[in-house]
Amino acid sequence: MSASSVIRGPVFVVGDNIDTDQIIPAQYLTLVPTIPEEYEKLGSYALIGLPDGQGRFVPEGAAKTPYAIVIAGRNFGCGSSREHAPIALGAAGAQAVVAESYARIFFRNCVATGELYPVESPVRLVEAFQTGDEAEIDLDASAITNLRTGQRLALNALGDARPVIDAGGLFAYARATGMISQPAS
Amino acid sequence: MPMTMTEKILARASGRTAVGPGDNVWVNVDVLMTHDVCGPGTIGIFKREFGKDAKVWDPEKVVIIPDHYIFTRDQKCHRNVDILRDFVREQGIPHYYDVGGKNYKGVCHIALAQEGHTRPGEVLFGTDSHTCTAGAFNQFATGIGNTDAAFILGTGKLLVKVPPTMRFEFEGAFPPYVLAKDVILHIIGDIGVDGGTYKAMEFVGEAVRGLTMEERMTLCNMVIEGGGKNGVLEADDVTLDYVRARTGKAFEPVAADPGASHVFHRRYDASAIEPTVATPHSPDNKATAHALRDVRLTRAYIGSCTGGKITDFINAARIMRGRRVTVDTFLVPATTEISQGLHTETVGGETLAAIFEAAGCQLSPDASCAACLGGPKDTFGRINGPEVCISTTNRNFPGRMGSKEGQVYLASPYTVAASAVTGRITDPREFLS
Repeated sequence: MSASSVIRGPVFVVGDNIDTDQIIPAQYLTLVPTIPEEYEKLGSYALIGLPDGQGRFVPEGAAKTPYAIVIAGRNFGCGSSREHAPIALGAAGAQAVVAESYARIFFRNCVATGELYPVESPVRLVEAFQTGDEAEIDLDASAITNLRTGQRLALNALGDARPVIDAGGLFAYARATGMISQPAS
Repeated sequence: MPMTMTEKILARASGRTAVGPGDNVWVNVDVLMTHDVCGPGTIGIFKREFGKDAKVWDPEKVVIIPDHYIFTRDQKCHRNVDILRDFVREQGIPHYYDVGGKNYKGVCHIALAQEGHTRPGEVLFGTDSHTCTAGAFNQFATGIGNTDAAFILGTGKLLVKVPPTMRFEFEGAFPPYVLAKDVILHIIGDIGVDGGTYKAMEFVGEAVRGLTMEERMTLCNMVIEGGGKNGVLEADDVTLDYVRARTGKAFEPVAADPGASHVFHRRYDASAIEPTVATPHSPDNKATAHALRDVRLTRAYIGSCTGGKITDFINAARIMRGRRVTVDTFLVPATTEISQGLHTETVGGETLAAIFEAAGCQLSPDASCAACLGGPKDTFGRINGPEVCISTTNRNFPGRMGSKEGQVYLASPYTVAASAVTGRITDPREFLS
């Protein structure tokens, strides 16, 4: 992830309790995220488990998503501990999720991998946005603006999770701050 | 400050005299478990971050159990098991349960217990959300991702936040037609799928003490479906007998201090719990089996870490004995020990295998996670179309067991067996006298 404070782009809106089977269905877990071409492939399947009729997060045949930001309701990422879930979203090109709350393991995996910012909103956002709306998140100011409607909403600060994601995840952060001395091979 | 069981385990593991909810502590890990789905990625991160010649912190404390995608023609699945094999060989890891031989076990959470890797007072992490199952053994056990697991492989430690504890107390005794699966579905229905997020869920009371070890595992297994970080039970003779029969390792159980504080405390009358079902597509969509009696089914499924233990099959056999199923009914034992048990355990003088065969069930010869999470297209019992399935598994999210067109109802082995016989969702009291 870049350490820039501003994330701007179109949003993709989903509902409550989006579980890891919807983010990356189990049939794709044969892909190993540390193998570069399989990492890319995981991205192409991000959110493919959503019920039909909710639109595609990654267009058919494409490797990347046009949506920089996912807007969700409560308990985003519930279910399995599969790290493939934040990785699929990050590999697809998403930079942040903004949800009312997260399942614990998904949140932790976002931070550990540094794949994307799991930002919490104190209020429900899914009605304030439509898929395709252009939005801007300012992480320093902890706010999101819907550029179509002009509405600006406060977000919860990421706190200690932010510098870990800025650095690129747990290991990169630990190395940058001297917690780990060994260089990556 | 008096401490809960979870706090005591984490205090001990972090070398402190006391911890409280919200404290971030580095804990020493007793066991790290991984499997074929998350092991290869974990190994990849370990090598990338610690170096290609790096050694794991303690080979004795790493347990690797391939179980998810085993009986399939999918080549990537076989490649992933090969990655595990190479790593085990290179690292000298003794606790590896390889595919295709006598040492193969099956579903990791049940195999961990059967092979003596779940011990009171210890800290267990696994790259699988249902690692919380082991809380039944009076330990701290929870699921983590590949990156955290790779960190443990290299250091033997992990930073955890001490969770506040929710206390669920069951007074009296559960009725004979109620199983632990009904109890946990009832609780999840009460608190919702995020009601336990970041929290420890402890289960206490006379009714809980009356449960077998397998039923206690079912209770802790699904705390993740309530969002919980870990589930935990007290250790008693049932616990100690099970563990001592399976390991010679020393361990030290924990008991809560009198006056330990809980963020939530609910008392239940155990006798009032009813056969409970979670309707599509969320484990907290609670209904009684009786209220759903008009729901027609196209298949039934008994298996997984939640509902594929020997006691689950014994309970199903009690209902199926002398009866025929009227919908396609798939049975998948969680482990090879359970597979063998189907041929030795009896109900009414008949083996479970004979009862299920006479009932017309399709019994998988192989133990694995199978269709609980869909998996590759050729997985046994996978939902490949608009099926309406009642299942002893743990999740009924859209597409969880395969096709997004499928609908999954979660229920106890009694309710699934009764429903398989009638072809509609059925309260097992119709068959249990």
